Amino acid sequence: MTKAPASVEFRNVTKAYGAVVAVDDVSFVIPPANLVTLLGPSGCGKTTSLRMIAGLEMSTKGQIFIGDKDVTHLSAADRDVSMVFQSYALFPHMSVLDNAAYGPSVQGKPKEQAREMAMDKLKMLGLDGMVNRLPSELSGGQQQRVAIARALVLEPQVLLFDEPLSNLDAKLRRRVREEIRELQLRLNLTVAYVTHDQEEALAVSDKVIVMSNSRIAQVGSPRELYEEPASLFVADFVGDSNLLDGEIVGEINGNARVRMGTSEVELPKGNAKSGPVKVMVRPNAVKLHRTQPAEAALKARVGKASYIGKHMEYTIETAVGELFVVDAVRPDAWKTGDDVFVVFDRSMVKLLLA
Amino acid sequence: MRKRALLWVAVALAALVLAPWYMEPADGSVPGFWLTRVINPLESALALGFGGRLWLLLALVPALAALKPGEDVAAARWLTACGLIGLALVLAQGFLIGLKGWNLDMLSAFGSGPTQGGMGTGGFLVLAAFLMLTCAGLAGQGWCRGDFFVVSAIGWVIGLIVLFVFMPVLNILASAFQDNAGHLMPALFWQKFSDASIWGLGCVTSGTACGVAWNTVFLGILVGLSSTILGTAFALIALRTSFPAKGALKLLAILPIITPPFVIGLALILIFGRSGAVSTFLFQWFGIPPSRWIYGLPGVFIAQTLAFTPAAYLVMLGVVQGISPTLEEAAQTLRAKPFTIFATLTWPLMRPGLANSFLLGFVESLADFGNPLVLGGNFEVLSTKIFFAVVGAATDQGRAAVLSIVLLSFTMMAFAAQQLWVGRKVYTTISGKGDAGLQIPLSRRVEWGAYFLAVPWGLFTIAVYLLIFYASAVKTIGRDYTFTLQHYVTAFNIESGANGLLFSGSAWPSFFATVKIAAIAAPLTAAIGLLTAYLLARQSFAGKRAFEFGTLLSFAIPGTVVGVSYILAFNVPPIEITGTMLILVICFIFRNMPVGVRAGIASLSQIDKSLDEASFTLGASALTTVRRVILPLIKPAILASLVYAFVRAMTAVSAVIFLVSAEYNLATIYIVGRVEAGEHGLAIAYSATLIVVMALAIYLINLLIGERKIGRRGAAPAPSAPTATPVPAA
Repeated sequence: MTKAPASVEFRNVTKAYGAVVAVDDVSFVIPPANLVTLLGPSGCGKTTSLRMIAGLEMSTKGQIFIGDKDVTHLSAADRDVSMVFQSYALFPHMSVLDNAAYGPSVQGKPKEQAREMAMDKLKMLGLDGMVNRLPSELSGGQQQRVAIARALVLEPQVLLFDEPLSNLDAKLRRRVREEIRELQLRLNLTVAYVTHDQEEALAVSDKVIVMSNSRIAQVGSPRELYEEPASLFVADFVGDSNLLDGEIVGEINGNARVRMGTSEVELPKGNAKSGPVKVMVRPNAVKLHRTQPAEAALKARVGKASYIGKHMEYTIETAVGELFVVDAVRPDAWKTGDDVFVVFDRSMVKLLLA
Repeated sequence: MRKRALLWVAVALAALVLAPWYMEPADGSVPGFWLTRVINPLESALALGFGGRLWLLLALVPALAALKPGEDVAAARWLTACGLIGLALVLAQGFLIGLKGWNLDMLSAFGSGPTQGGMGTGGFLVLAAFLMLTCAGLAGQGWCRGDFFVVSAIGWVIGLIVLFVFMPVLNILASAFQDNAGHLMPALFWQKFSDASIWGLGCVTSGTACGVAWNTVFLGILVGLSSTILGTAFALIALRTSFPAKGALKLLAILPIITPPFVIGLALILIFGRSGAVSTFLFQWFGIPPSRWIYGLPGVFIAQTLAFTPAAYLVMLGVVQGISPTLEEAAQTLRAKPFTIFATLTWPLMRPGLANSFLLGFVESLADFGNPLVLGGNFEVLSTKIFFAVVGAATDQGRAAVLSIVLLSFTMMAFAAQQLWVGRKVYTTISGKGDAGLQIPLSRRVEWGAYFLAVPWGLFTIAVYLLIFYASAVKTIGRDYTFTLQHYVTAFNIESGANGLLFSGSAWPSFFATVKIAAIAAPLTAAIGLLTAYLLARQSFAGKRAFEFGTLLSFAIPGTVVGVSYILAFNVPPIEITGTMLILVICFIFRNMPVGVRAGIASLSQIDKSLDEASFTLGASALTTVRRVILPLIKPAILASLVYAFVRAMTAVSAVIFLVSAEYNLATIYIVGRVEAGEHGLAIAYSATLIVVMALAIYLINLLIGERKIGRRGAAPAPSAPTATPVPAA
């Protein structure tokens, strides 16, 4: 009786609390069987958007569709959507089994059947050994599995996750996010996932919706966001980046000639026009040389060098500002005070409107 | 929506056709308990309507109109309109046509008008059905996320509060502007209001007595100050010293809940009255002649200070606990001496709490009725004056209404000051993060000051309570200290006769009536209180602030004012319930409901909202969520409000003294009667019994709550003990 996964669509949705606008004229589509992340800093409207999908908040304007159905005015109880809460929201006075069986049981399913449905999903998540425990007798990771099992029991068309990893320790986070992704692919689910952790978003998503100040900043695959950020905000928020001041002074072979400080470099033009621009340089796009290389290079000095274990992190002082640089660990690593020449890997440098 | 509409239209029609519209049967026979008269088609609105009372047929129009089919928003609007029109029609006919014809002078142009009595089952069922139709319509329009349960809960609570809190108060306002025959006389209001017996300043300008308003305010200020000072001293001792008998202080917090409000006054008479224990002792040993000094301001002041210090103690306990120890530790590391820390940090942080406690003491003193009644003598306060204006030789309802307005405006001002000014200023120095600091001990000076105030007073309190029990077991305090159980026998004698046990003691009828009424009122009080708490804590809707204010309002209305207003409002149609048990139950519900509201809100605020939301996303309605998730989690709050509602119903005096009848006399009123008849022994024995019964009730409940199984880390709502909610006793 598996239902086909459904799409979720926002059409010009606005949510206002009095004069405060939490979500401002937002439109997007989550295709069926996709895992789409709503990413953004706190207060950007991502959780409000998720709660509007669930029906826990009602939109002030605009329409919300699940599949082909307009659910804008349906209450949470009438939508075929389940949610895994940040706090898990397990009912503390019910056993694991009763928690999982809650959904079918309040839908009027007989007790036996509800329990069977619950057991089915609890087994799938490896929880069948602890069905009679109270939530308070489980570890954080186990509680979360129960929350997921409970959300899955009704086999919803759409499954929602609200910052599901925020209460787990760092090691567990990586494992759980992989499990969630695996589960989504295996069960062919449509999942909307809220997080403020960009690394987590890049790791699990088919598509990421970056939100900022109640609006959508950019929608794209993880790779597009990292490599082709549409705005300064996205460039800064997704991954680490150095944002340097520059000015387009001319054009050569379709590339822009950009003046940075006293030197000029040739960079892919993108959508930047002439005039002042920001040059986005990813930390791994900077190559350091001891001697002047063949191509154009900036003269610089190593300000700080930190050993992180899997790589080195440097602060490089240049005439155009400080650069944050990541490099492999080598026997002859740079030391504070070394004079270096800086070359940019042009495939990972982008011009953005200032 | 459609199904609900059909159901409630069916209820309305059935009530119109089958149920007797009026409370009293048409043949003029004395009704039994009228709520049990449910079916009698001959006395239904339909039958009576066709029999000449055409206005009763009006309700059929909106009821039938609500049958118009449709599921969309327009249909929901139509349904709402039908419901509202139905409510308006039924209420309008009820209020416009009274026992003696038109209720409004304006309508006398149409002749003397038809007459009718109070509404009965039929009338109330129709009102309920129209209310539900309105709510179904509003839910259909998407109010409260379209949840019918929530909308109808709001509808019911608002409807009941308007009917049983606002309407009586408005009635008082209205009757203050009327003469006793019911004609509008604004000039009379001014004459009564500006009377010298209310506002006179004779005690300042000449040797005569001051006006009753000044007496009341003066007493209120004195009691506010004294109870705050003592309460603060007790709180500092409990939290900041190594005082050995801290357990006794906990007891202090429970005492006023289980003590009927006038018992302290009674005990003071037995100690300091003309033939009191101390007075006779002083006369026999030192030749000091006994006097009547205790009757009047000194006596009432001492009694009220004794009665309200525990409430101040609880407020100050919270305030002192709320001062984060880290702040004081920070001051310590900055080399401040203990007294400097107290003077520069602890004291300023306590100030808003002190103001709060003062206002509480002030309001409680204003509302207190029992102590001034037994101890007042010639010292009159508003609450007793109101009582005598209603029951005294010169009954004057208008005067009672004017005095009520004066008293009500005083308490409202204090209430507003507390809500708007002090309430916002209270420094919450407890953050969500754990404070690891230790409470630092008090400076020596402050510590000894606190002992100096608190210890003698504590001993005095203990002496008073011991005396209550001692006096109940001797013949006559002051004269004959022979041990006897005679008072208990008179009150609670049980004989075994031919027909089994015979409860021949004189106190039994009132005792059984009190327990019965308290037992009926308690669950209803808890239910409506917790429902209101749920709406306030979990739902958002237009007008929520006003809703919250309305529920808190009944806190601020002194009991005497409630009593008078109930008489004025419910002695006449359409709701004619004076003299019944119902009016006592309703009075208790709306006087004690705020306690359930507070306990419920406190409990709900500890349950994460995402539990509700998880339940919604799993397809449960609000009602199912309440039943299966919320109720099991707030069990302690349920129990606490049940007990508290029960105990307060057992100890109330001020409001119900107006409402009791021969059939339903209450224990406290019976005791007051015994005091006035001079039967102190019987009165004190009965009081002591009540104290023990209620202490047992509270103990049993604490036992039950304590055994509740709470998960290791789950949401563990702290038992919101009734002791944490000091309210004006009356």
